[in-house]
Amino acid sequence: MSMTSTQQETQTRSWWRQNQQRITPWLFLAPGLLMFIIYVIWPIFSSFRLSFFEYDGLGEKVWLGLANYQELFSDRAFKTSLRNNVIWLLMYMLAVPAGLFIAIFLNQTVMGIRIYKSLFFFPFVISQVVVGLMFAWFYAPNFGLFYKVIEFFTGKGIAVLADPHLATYGIIAAGLWPQIAYCMILYLTGLNNVAPDQIEAARLDGAKGLKMLWYVVLPQLRPATFIAVVVTVIGALRSFDLVSIMTNGGPFGSTRVLSYYMYEQALSEYGYRMGYGAAIAVVLFAIMMVFISGFIWKMVRDEREGN
Amino acid sequence: MLHLKKSAMAALAVGLLASTSAMAQQRTLTYYADYDPIPLAAMEELIAEFEAANPDIDVVLQNFDHEGYKTAIRNFLTTDAPDLANWYAGNRMAPFVNSGQFMDVSDVWAENGLYDSLGSAAASMTIDGKQWGIPYTYYQWGIYYNKDAYAAAGVDVPSTWEEFVANCEAFDAAGIDCLTTGTSALWPGAGIFDYMNLRTNGYEYHMALTSGEVAWTDQGVRDTFANWAQIQPYITENHAALDWQDAAALLVQGKAANYVMGNFAVGVFKEGGMTNDNLGFMPFPTINPDVARAEEAPTDTIHIPAGATNVEDAKTFLAFIASADAQTKLNAAIGQLPINSGSTVGDDPFIQAGFELLSSTEGGIAQFFDRDAPAEMAKIGMEGFQEFMVLPENLDDILERLEQARQRIYN
Repeated sequence: MSMTSTQQETQTRSWWRQNQQRITPWLFLAPGLLMFIIYVIWPIFSSFRLSFFEYDGLGEKVWLGLANYQELFSDRAFKTSLRNNVIWLLMYMLAVPAGLFIAIFLNQTVMGIRIYKSLFFFPFVISQVVVGLMFAWFYAPNFGLFYKVIEFFTGKGIAVLADPHLATYGIIAAGLWPQIAYCMILYLTGLNNVAPDQIEAARLDGAKGLKMLWYVVLPQLRPATFIAVVVTVIGALRSFDLVSIMTNGGPFGSTRVLSYYMYEQALSEYGYRMGYGAAIAVVLFAIMMVFISGFIWKMVRDEREGN
Repeated sequence: MLHLKKSAMAALAVGLLASTSAMAQQRTLTYYADYDPIPLAAMEELIAEFEAANPDIDVVLQNFDHEGYKTAIRNFLTTDAPDLANWYAGNRMAPFVNSGQFMDVSDVWAENGLYDSLGSAAASMTIDGKQWGIPYTYYQWGIYYNKDAYAAAGVDVPSTWEEFVANCEAFDAAGIDCLTTGTSALWPGAGIFDYMNLRTNGYEYHMALTSGEVAWTDQGVRDTFANWAQIQPYITENHAALDWQDAAALLVQGKAANYVMGNFAVGVFKEGGMTNDNLGFMPFPTINPDVARAEEAPTDTIHIPAGATNVEDAKTFLAFIASADAQTKLNAAIGQLPINSGSTVGDDPFIQAGFELLSSTEGGIAQFFDRDAPAEMAKIGMEGFQEFMVLPENLDDILERLEQARQRIYN
């Protein structure tokens, strides 16, 4: 009798013993996973669902099938947004080499270098809204510094944000300011980890300047470059705050990006086409997924190789 | 510190207890609104007066900021409706009326003789032959001008469209913008369009256009834009990057002569240093003498949400706000026009001018483009107006686009 009970005990105990290695991580992950499912996974699928309906937030949802997506194809505002997103993506990439350049420039030991470093890092610390406002005033017609300087040299000022051809580039320039600072800080930490003996060896072999940078330093900075590209791509695709602060998508919709157009259609004062907004969100999500799965694939591959 | 906190808590608790026991016999009337500071103070005074007259009603006013309110109203109407809520007249209230979120208050109109006293706004409060709220204030639009700029260019205040256009050439020669605007937020451009269209085609046509019965490629619309094109070169450059207050600064500095605006702008002009001596107001000049003069006067309103719990008292409050006396007091404080014909108007010259203008309007009173047209059409339309003022050569393309939008939106 007593024998069987101890046997049972060891059996139950051993079930936990046998499996605890497998179960424990899931137990620790459970709270985070739960939040992730409720606040990320579920909304994604509910956006997918909503994109097949016409819904104004008040009345009944009306099933439309793919009509929202069909409309996207003939919607010029959507095309403008898509084109601007591509421009953002391309121009934003400038932040990576610019950040590298500044990081190399600042990676020296002179008096007060910490102050210079923090000054260069400063734009990343301030809010995007503040950056947007500052640049909006910088470009402002009649009193903005940029406008005045151009007026001084050419006799006629340029109101960047009023010009449908220039406005997007003006906003991207504002966005690059903090983004370059971000890339710079990534490279600065990367440069700290560059092996001095390799530099020494390369120097003995006569490597200098650009060759040294390209063949010796940059390969060692690959992890920093990877992160810098990832944050820049994602930063470019989710650009919203600057557009909203600086132009509201104008003049006449020429600076819209997908995230802003989605907000306009679904939630702004003149919007409340929830279904159409959701369809735009799905397209943006698909574009992001292309990049994100690429990044994840690369990370997994590196990890496997590393081990 | 801890002690202090405790005693403060105790005081708060006692205060709460006292107030709940005092409210025990009162019925609560919740009111959600979006007043700026000055109108808020005026409304609070009116509410105090209402409570004194109705001691068994306690009005709880919850004030939102303007922009936040426009989003919040959709949420609270469906989930946690107050007994009263602010909104706007015209098509702007149509989504809430059509989805059954606002209550029919025609009985308040009938019992208090409001079809008479609020007659000028009855049309803009009516959908499906019923009235859905009470208007409490409106204000005129028109042209505000800088008399010093007129003197600098050596021209007189125009009375006809031809004179206005001729003046523009003189202003241009003097280096002054004939007409200024700031369309960064889009809506100021719609004010110009509304007047161009009202003066070219008249009220009936304008209303038919905003309610989707006329094509945007119609000859009438083209005529409007052809007239508009005459002054397009004289409109402030870069207006697309300017807020309406930035453009007001240009008028104040004498760099611009005329500004199509609502009467609320007078406060900004005067803050900038203008006085009744150099700030002028004129009705938008006549373009087509065959159409009756119509004006633009956006009306602000109070409604009872369908989910209201205290409907009886809400109707009492609406009747009170509709009264001549209440409207006189409220509008004197906020510097706008009362709707009740028995009210008296403040002695500010711009209010007086507006009162005269609106009470003698024979054509009809429009609400404003973004209140007369459905929200989506308003947005696309206002973008089109902005584009036209920057790139007038795109007109055909703009009208084509607006027409496509019309066919989709009004279906």
